Amino acid sequence: MSTVQINGLHKRYGNVEILKGINLDIKSGEFMVFVGPSGCGKSTLLRCIAGLETISDGTLAIDGEVVNLRAPSRRGIAMVFQSYALYPHMSVFDNMAYALKLQKLPKDQIKAKVGAAAETLRLTPYLDRLPKALSGGQRQRVAIGRAIVRNPKVFLFDEPLSNLDAALRVATRIEIAKLHERTSNATMIYVTHDQVEAMTLADRIVVLNAGRVEQVGSPMELYHRPANLFVARFIGSPAMNTVPAIVEEGGATPRVRPEGHNAVRVDVAIPAGAKGQKATFGVRPEDLTVSQGGNDAIFRGKVEIVEQLGELTLLYVDCGNPAEPVLAKLPGDATVKRGDVVALTAPPSALHVFDADGKAYARDMKH
Amino acid sequence: MSTIATDAPVALGQAAPTPRQRIKVGRILAHLALLLFVALWTFPTVGLLVSSVRDRDQLAISGWWTSLAPSVRLSAARIGPASGQTQEDGKYVVKGNLFGADARGLSIEGFGATNADVRAHPAGSTIDDFNGGSLTVQSTGDYTLSSPTQLAYSGQPRVYFGVGSPPRFTFENYRDVLAAEGIGQSFINSLTVAIPATVIPIMIAAFAAYALAWMRFPGRGFVVALVVGLLVVPLQMSLIPLLFLYNQIAHFFGGEAKGYVGVWLAHTAFGLPLAIYLLRNYMAGLPREIMESARVDGASHFKTFTSMVLPLSFPALASFAIFQFLWIWNDLLVALVFLGAQNDRVVLTGRLVNLLGTRGDHWELLTAGAFVSIVVPLTVFFALQRYFVRGLLAGSVK
Amino acid sequence: MFQQILAAVIAVAIALAACFAYFWGTNWVLDRLLMARPGMSDAALTRRDTLRSQVRPWLFIGPALLFLVVYLVYPVFETLRLSLYDKFGTRFVGLDNYVWALTDDTFWRSALNNVGWLLIVPAFSTAFGLIIATLADRLWWGNIAKSLIFAPMAISFVGASIIWKFIYTYKGPGLEQIGVLNAIVTALGFPPQAWITVPYLNSFLLMIILIWIQTGFAMVILSAALRGIPEETLEAARIDGASEFRQFFDIMIPQIWGTIVVVWTTITITVLKVFDIVYAMTNGEFQTQVLANLMYRWMFISGDYGRGSTIAVIIMLAVLPVMVWNIRRVRAEVGTA
Repeated sequence: MSTVQINGLHKRYGNVEILKGINLDIKSGEFMVFVGPSGCGKSTLLRCIAGLETISDGTLAIDGEVVNLRAPSRRGIAMVFQSYALYPHMSVFDNMAYALKLQKLPKDQIKAKVGAAAETLRLTPYLDRLPKALSGGQRQRVAIGRAIVRNPKVFLFDEPLSNLDAALRVATRIEIAKLHERTSNATMIYVTHDQVEAMTLADRIVVLNAGRVEQVGSPMELYHRPANLFVARFIGSPAMNTVPAIVEEGGATPRVRPEGHNAVRVDVAIPAGAKGQKATFGVRPEDLTVSQGGNDAIFRGKVEIVEQLGELTLLYVDCGNPAEPVLAKLPGDATVKRGDVVALTAPPSALHVFDADGKAYARDMKH
Repeated sequence: MSTIATDAPVALGQAAPTPRQRIKVGRILAHLALLLFVALWTFPTVGLLVSSVRDRDQLAISGWWTSLAPSVRLSAARIGPASGQTQEDGKYVVKGNLFGADARGLSIEGFGATNADVRAHPAGSTIDDFNGGSLTVQSTGDYTLSSPTQLAYSGQPRVYFGVGSPPRFTFENYRDVLAAEGIGQSFINSLTVAIPATVIPIMIAAFAAYALAWMRFPGRGFVVALVVGLLVVPLQMSLIPLLFLYNQIAHFFGGEAKGYVGVWLAHTAFGLPLAIYLLRNYMAGLPREIMESARVDGASHFKTFTSMVLPLSFPALASFAIFQFLWIWNDLLVALVFLGAQNDRVVLTGRLVNLLGTRGDHWELLTAGAFVSIVVPLTVFFALQRYFVRGLLAGSVK
Repeated sequence: MFQQILAAVIAVAIALAACFAYFWGTNWVLDRLLMARPGMSDAALTRRDTLRSQVRPWLFIGPALLFLVVYLVYPVFETLRLSLYDKFGTRFVGLDNYVWALTDDTFWRSALNNVGWLLIVPAFSTAFGLIIATLADRLWWGNIAKSLIFAPMAISFVGASIIWKFIYTYKGPGLEQIGVLNAIVTALGFPPQAWITVPYLNSFLLMIILIWIQTGFAMVILSAALRGIPEETLEAARIDGASEFRQFFDIMIPQIWGTIVVVWTTITITVLKVFDIVYAMTNGEFQTQVLANLMYRWMFISGDYGRGSTIAVIIMLAVLPVMVWNIRRVRAEVGTA
């Protein structure tokens, strides 16, 4: 049960700045997930917390103590690596016991701790095996077990599921969620590029981009109220449709006109003064439906591609800009064919508007 | 159109080979070419090995490739004196055997009155004018000199003959060369030089390689560059100053400049650049996350090195050990300079060079001695080829 | 005899114990001197951590560095210095030794021979190695063939010299030749020759020994490189209609060019240092002298430190370009950190 506070943290390699002033407040027992595109600095941030990278500027505090320069082993953290980093020449038992042996714990205590961890992770039959004799999922569990036995204040996970196949990934994801409960809600920091993992595991998500925090919030918050265009496009799959637009009217009855389309009524708080300014109009593919009458249509265009995935159908509709077709996510039984001209619509409450700098106008949330 | 018309029948007439046939011919050529290379590369050594177990006399007069055929050696013997003649069927006869009592499976190929004459008279034939009689020699060595008149030669005339002896293989050459020629002592000397000089650099190099691969410190790049540069520095640059140094140290402490300790240390130093380079490359290739995990688990660098890197680097350590052992075992120059060529401590290579000088024509000794010296590296090589190849691949600067 | 081996084994034990004592001991001392004491402030602890991490690398590389400096770095400079001094290394003579070298017939003969070695041995070794590697990778018994051709790598230069001297050995005309070369020559109806004494041809005969040894090295490295070529590029060429020969020269050779250069330079370095073969076969007689053996003669037979050093420096100069090139490549790879 520990807090982690990060204040104005910078990380530089020579002239290249990887992290550009990170501020984060991670609560005790929180499951915090860092997401972002590759190269955004999420792994570097995790490694700074672990002590594997030095911090160029700013402070890192665990439980209120600044630990910037403290050796990794004295920070009270445990880390699960992407490649598991199992010691290939040591048995499962020795892998899990290694840190405890270094702490010079008595043998019977080591045995008890490792035994208990192995029991909960269903690894007891494999304690004498070498890592190469284990399956991918078992190796993953050993890596987790190695973290558990140390009873750390903070667990760090660096993309721990990316080496597993799809089915195993789901199973292990659930395992990690259970682990969070079992460890009586130890603080966990988890890095991933997979938003499904982020959405399912996180209490709160940190979206990182180019060394900066774009938004911190609960999964639903990020989905429904993205703070900016980057988060809006990054969270949700397929990504949100965004079209350049002009604010027709702000104030009480805000209206926005996407370029090349008719103006639409939006449930978004746009100040009256924004009238006539450039903006970006956004709508998630899953919020679009095919309009029967066509009067309320937002977009109108020819269906370029139909992807039928069984439970749903994806439409790529050319609405005047062939380079960026509008995506619509329809039910699996939709009967639209390639070449059809369709009208797409969405309720005003489902629409997003971002100002010229990409910042979101607050949405009138009814969810 | 006209060119096509004239060309076509020619092409048909030649019945161009189908691709399949061409591939077949190519295959056979490839097999033959490779076979030729293998033959060229193995026969020299095979010749050495075969020669080393041949009978000394046979080796001196016939090529090793004929060693399975009987060899013909020139010899001479005297026939019995005229006083021993008897009368048979009205003729005066002297009888006997050219081999004397012990024929040991030898056989006579040809004989004659002079050395040059031997090939002219095969066994069983007769020379008509041999000291006033006609001489017949059988392949068994039995001879008969007969004459219608009484034989009146003086003394015991010589008969020259070619003896065919059956191929004979023996380990006598090895016995001679190991004991009498001192190869045995040199074998021990070579081992004495090689064992410590192989083991000592491993540990020193492994620690340095770890530091260069996994520790960050100012000057690291310079040290790596230094090691790479020293990889190719000719030994010749080191010899004179080191000899000076050794002499001074020996003078100061009153010991001897040349000795095993000096060679061990010299070989250790000369092996270090390759050792560090090889091990550093290997260690740098170990997964970074394992080192980091050990760090998070609380392992110091020393602990990480002993409990992670050392066991995981075993293949590289083995590669280097093989290299170093072979290099020391085969070295001539360093041992010559720092140990000397004295009889009691000269190494195998040095002893062989001495043999080449003093016994240049005694191929039975040279071949046996050489084989004693190459049997150890060849055994090591064939047993541990995998590590050797791996080390070679890692060690060549790429 | 066995006392001697025992002494060697004891030496190994002592050396290992000393190494271990040093590494373990210095690390222990370092941790002890800078250990965490209760009641220390966090900042002080951290300072000690940092200090330790700065000292420790030098403890690790210290012994190796000591050896390298004493046995290789210092001698390079000392040899340079000695090359400017007289026979006994006491009187400064400027460039006299170099002037002597440039005007000495034997030196030029040796240098020219070295150039011959440098041109011929790497070329043939690399070419044979490449041919054998290409052939062997296509045939089912290729690995056995490679193993056999590789084996001479393990044989000492002296051992190889005896093997080949036996091949070149000469018996008077009319006698049966026991050397393979003369046996072939006489079988073809030519008179036998004392090959080792025939100038210029004999140098080539000595080079054959080194080619025989080094081909295996070239073969192994090139074979690995050939296997690293993506199969798809060859298949694509085949589909484009390239014959086996075109595939070899247009697709394979360009892809392993870097490796060929590495093999070539590595053998070049070996050739520059070649000493044993000449020493054992002719000791430089019959105009086969090379620099490394000439250096040995001046140094250890004539006892002339100045001239010996001068020749060593000249060998070093020949190696220098390769050295610089290697360092630059490794620095580019590793970075200067």
